[in-house]
Amino acid sequence: MTIAHPWMANSVPAIKQAMLREIGAPSIEALFEQIPAEHRTAHDFALPPALRSEPELRRHMLSLLRKNTSCEENLSFLGAGIWQHHVPAICDEIAGRSEFLTSVWGTAMSDHGRNQAWFEFASQLGELVACDFVGLPVYSWGCAAGNAVRLASRLNGRRRVLVPEWMDPERLAVIRQYCEPEGMPNRIAVELVAQRAADGLIDLDDLRTKLNDGVTAVYFENPGFLGIIETQGAEIARLAHAAGAEVIVGVDPISLGVLAPPPDYGADIVVGTTQTLGAHMSAGGGAGGFIASRDEERYAREYPTLNISITTTRNPGEHGFALSLSHQSSYGMREQGKDWTGNSVYLTAIANAVYMSLMGPEGFAELGELVLARSHDAARRLDAIPGVSVRWKSGFFREFVVDFSATGRSVAQVNAALLKRGIFGGKDLSADIPALGQCALFAVTEVHAPEDIARLATTLEEILR
Amino acid sequence: MTAKLIHQARWNEPVVMEMGVAGRRGVVFPQPETDAAALIPAGMRRRTKPALPEMTEHDVLRHYLHLSQQVLGMMGVSLFGTCTMKYNPRLSEALGLRPQMAEIHPLQPAASIQGLLEIVHNFDLILRELSGMDQFVFQAAGGADAAYTHTCVTRGYFAAKGELEQRNEIITSIQAHPCNPATAATAGFKVVTLMLEENGYPSIDALKAALSPRTAALMINNPDDMGVYNPQIREWTALVKQAGGLAFYDHANFNGVMGRIRARELGFDACMFMLHKTFGGPKGGGGPAVGAYGCSAELAPFLPKPLVVKNSDGSYGLDDDRPQSVGKVREFLGNLHIVMRAYAWARAMGADGIKEAADLAVLANNYMEKKLLAIPGVARSNPEAKTWRMEMTRYGLGPLKEETGLGVVEVGNRMTDYGIDAPWLSHEPWVVPEPFTPEAGELWSKEDIDLWCEVLAKVCDEARQDPELVRTAPHNAPIGRVDSEAPEDPARWATTWRAYQRKHAATRARAAE
Amino acid sequence: MQRLGVIVNPIAGMGGRVGLKGTDGPAILARARELGAEPVSGARAARALAELRRLGPAVLAAPGSMGEQACAAAGLACEVVETGEATGAAATRAAARAMLGGGVDLLIFAGGDGTARDVLAEVGTQLPILGIPTGVKMHSAVFAQNPAAAGRVAAAFLEGRAATQEAEVMDLDEDALRQGRVSARLHGVARVPQERALMQAGKSGAAIPDEAALEALARRMVTEMQPGRLYLLGCGTTMRRIKRALGFAGTLMGVDVALDGRLLAADVTEAQILRLLDQAPATAILGVTGGQGFLLGRGNQQFSPAVLRRLGRENLVVVAGQQKLAALDPACLHVDTGEAALDAELAGYIAIRTAPDRSAMLRIAA
Repeated sequence: MTIAHPWMANSVPAIKQAMLREIGAPSIEALFEQIPAEHRTAHDFALPPALRSEPELRRHMLSLLRKNTSCEENLSFLGAGIWQHHVPAICDEIAGRSEFLTSVWGTAMSDHGRNQAWFEFASQLGELVACDFVGLPVYSWGCAAGNAVRLASRLNGRRRVLVPEWMDPERLAVIRQYCEPEGMPNRIAVELVAQRAADGLIDLDDLRTKLNDGVTAVYFENPGFLGIIETQGAEIARLAHAAGAEVIVGVDPISLGVLAPPPDYGADIVVGTTQTLGAHMSAGGGAGGFIASRDEERYAREYPTLNISITTTRNPGEHGFALSLSHQSSYGMREQGKDWTGNSVYLTAIANAVYMSLMGPEGFAELGELVLARSHDAARRLDAIPGVSVRWKSGFFREFVVDFSATGRSVAQVNAALLKRGIFGGKDLSADIPALGQCALFAVTEVHAPEDIARLATTLEEILR
Repeated sequence: MTAKLIHQARWNEPVVMEMGVAGRRGVVFPQPETDAAALIPAGMRRRTKPALPEMTEHDVLRHYLHLSQQVLGMMGVSLFGTCTMKYNPRLSEALGLRPQMAEIHPLQPAASIQGLLEIVHNFDLILRELSGMDQFVFQAAGGADAAYTHTCVTRGYFAAKGELEQRNEIITSIQAHPCNPATAATAGFKVVTLMLEENGYPSIDALKAALSPRTAALMINNPDDMGVYNPQIREWTALVKQAGGLAFYDHANFNGVMGRIRARELGFDACMFMLHKTFGGPKGGGGPAVGAYGCSAELAPFLPKPLVVKNSDGSYGLDDDRPQSVGKVREFLGNLHIVMRAYAWARAMGADGIKEAADLAVLANNYMEKKLLAIPGVARSNPEAKTWRMEMTRYGLGPLKEETGLGVVEVGNRMTDYGIDAPWLSHEPWVVPEPFTPEAGELWSKEDIDLWCEVLAKVCDEARQDPELVRTAPHNAPIGRVDSEAPEDPARWATTWRAYQRKHAATRARAAE
Repeated sequence: MQRLGVIVNPIAGMGGRVGLKGTDGPAILARARELGAEPVSGARAARALAELRRLGPAVLAAPGSMGEQACAAAGLACEVVETGEATGAAATRAAARAMLGGGVDLLIFAGGDGTARDVLAEVGTQLPILGIPTGVKMHSAVFAQNPAAAGRVAAAFLEGRAATQEAEVMDLDEDALRQGRVSARLHGVARVPQERALMQAGKSGAAIPDEAALEALARRMVTEMQPGRLYLLGCGTTMRRIKRALGFAGTLMGVDVALDGRLLAADVTEAQILRLLDQAPATAILGVTGGQGFLLGRGNQQFSPAVLRRLGRENLVVVAGQQKLAALDPACLHVDTGEAALDAELAGYIAIRTAPDRSAMLRIAA
């Protein structure tokens, strides 16, 4: 190759030669002497042809991406773990800054700005969830819940966790993974607590039956997978605490401008998503999770997260930000650490920080009210369509369950018809929760204007006519 | 290039929680068409507003721009070893913000994301070619998560064989990244650690002694972070196979061997690539990242689901009907926006470019080694080894510390005053005193490497001439050296502003007087 | 202000340069002088103390060559304690006593294992001590790696940047040593400042993870013990954790035997062990001596060749912290049973238990 590669400074032949001369090596190949000949692959690597020039590469990548059609070109009502919320433009501007984009681990001083942004992520999230201790994010809500259950089990030594029957199957699958499958000696058994058909709330009688001194934690969510706001939190927490179990509550913090933060009704540990706070959906790549709790040593010393603490510097009156409790992570203690710590979604945390700063208390309140209003407007409108009914007509946030059973159509048929008309219908629940029949979970947020809701309704009327 | 002092931006930026004025707004929303107050169930309304800052959009923008400017990293020269600092093509960043990537919901019908699935599938094929594995999955959100994926697949594989209770040990080495033993332990396995011996890696006899009918897997990297390649690795994987275990290749240090070896041909059953390092994805301070996990056809049924597949009609789909799958390690398909970037990187490099990158990475490391060993006070791991090293080498400032009392932390802090971010030291435990592990890779120019070495030499010299200057460094950073004791003290640590206000109310009251 | 005590054993190390295996006792010292040995200890102590100059601590020093001179050489002002007419070991002990009474926060001493023993005998664990290595024998874990490091660790401690941990004070029997036999014993446990290792990520303090892991392991091992089986528990702090987990204080410097969760016999001799082995199957649990990595033949000679042959290698269980093992250089263990043939039989790889469900493979050198 005669043309140097734009991403490889030393690919200029003369530089290679100069470097080889400097070290006295006969050839580059000689430098690989440690790899025995019999380890080397016998044939050439057959990869697609190189697209070295940016114009060629761009053209190729666009040709692929253009085969996608997004929630921007279509009208989407998908939620169920990743949600379409408005991402303010400056979230992208800041998360795209080269300094943040390319940062790794320098020192608390050389990385000062990034560490401060992380502290501001935790501080602002701490205000939303009313918790004094917040770790840096983990991979996702499901992973946060899994970590939290394991944390609880380390605290009280118990090995059963109770979760709602109608949990997000994606999240539940992750929790089950973290709790280890059958056959493992330290497995934490995941047991489902029934939810009442009438209002979708947790069945306290079933909870009482299953609670005993073997239960490490009771986990529930607000809003739950089906959008339902669990109003019995205080009673659930009272029952769990009476049995000596921890109370872990999963939340979407975007609801917390209007809904009570979980510690208000007894949560010990709060987990949830960070995706809705200024991260794009990115086909699931926007996912992120957090873990928060009271700032008590016994909790803090079990966190598997990286944590950033505010501290002082040698200049009087100056703030600095340094890692806290890092020795208890796998970086400090290898297999003796708390679960494991690695790359996570730390750049997303900076977008989250920007988002929360923009929103302020009024932004969260306004957004929460708007989402409540629009989602209920949409539910009412769909419920009025003959054959279509909304399963639980109030008491939800953003998502609600639409029952198509009486239309004689399956959700799959309805969604296929919607797709033809440029609409992504709600997530099909018929396989995940067969007891509900032909139901779908619709998500309505601030990105949905009244005319979008009207369009969904009229399109459904047309399809179901 | 000569070593010259720089000065990082110093904005004296307040914590955002102290900023703003009541009533200011950064973002506003349309008024709802109906009153929302009645829609909140009784008792569930938030009673006190969160104490968040109230700022204009412009002030939020400036605040975070100021913070961004107070990050050195790759704005200077960062040879941060084990992380493989690469150029992150900004074309991919721009592509990532296009709606066809950013505004994709993971539950969209497959028909609406054919381009994305094609990218994932074709990138899977590229990794298969580079590793010899039969199937990749991208659900793991980082290298450690991919190691965890391996422990999950190991559980599934042995459960299916009825050997899960019997095979409860995972073997790794003291030099393997901590994520290997840590994920094995999290997954419920017992961990057996092999120690390094005279030639820089654990001996094959140690492995033999560790293997037994209890062995579930070996999790190991090669070369290690000292640039030592284990020439017996094929014998290792054969022994593990004989014992009935699975061999997992933590390919964290792929950059020096890519284009020359294939994990499968070395006898490994599974391997992991980090797309946010070797394949040009941005670090982002630690993700979003991808640990691409690949394995043999024998293990493929146990992979997390769904898998991206190419259908017989040429279209792409998701295969969720995998009864033996271990389930999920994270929700959805993974950080596909990072897979997209890795695919773009691999296409821009091609087979020749990838091999050349390995060439240049190994050349750069050996070039740097010559320069670094010429600096008094610098030692090298495995000093007796005479061969050329792979893409990185571990050094130590033990001699300098002995002489001056100043070690790698102080030296690293002082290097930042010259625009060189502090180097990666070493994973725990430290086997080389005062370790540091630079890695130039294919990105950094000869001039950058020269500058880096020159700055280190200069700082070592300063440590002798003016130790106080080095001991109190950095001097040109956004802030002075932090107190790292308070963050370890329960009475003083504060990971949130609310905790800080509570714990430091007295201190702040004194300061205000 | 923090107070520092300084004691220098001025003759420590003199034997080493002239091929004597120590400088214990006046006869050996005279022999060392005859052979032309020069004092080295004072200069090495001054090197260590120079690291403390910037802190300007209040210093209490032993008189003359026993500390006062080293302080002066290092530029540290000091107050001198009275040691009366005492010389040699008695002077060291008198000085240590005076410092304990004088309320120092840390006692730094220059010497070897013999000096460490003398200091320990006076201060026990009432006062943190730290050794500046200037002796011939330094098997004890109270010594820093080198004089400068000792000064830095002391500075870190006085500045509140170092915690303390227990460290074993060992000493070889010099008479046996000069006759070509290596025989060491544990003399007790001291409290030693431990500079927290700096971790990469935040350069924040790292704990010493061995402690918690070994505590948990001790509890686990107790639950694993089989009824009717004898457990011979060796010497040292790691073994003491298991003894405590079993519910008895145990003999720090001796071998205790447990049966069915109870102490059967304390501080047993070889003969007692042999008699017990007639009665029930047995497992021996051994620790690793830090630094040198000895399993057998250092302070636990009760595990004689006869005992070891009766037990069999498969009934030896070794326990040590992972950090301790990682610090071994080279990474291998040693046995010195007194019988070369038995040493050879014991050689080879062995799994060391480092924590519950964790082990490390190490080689016992042939």
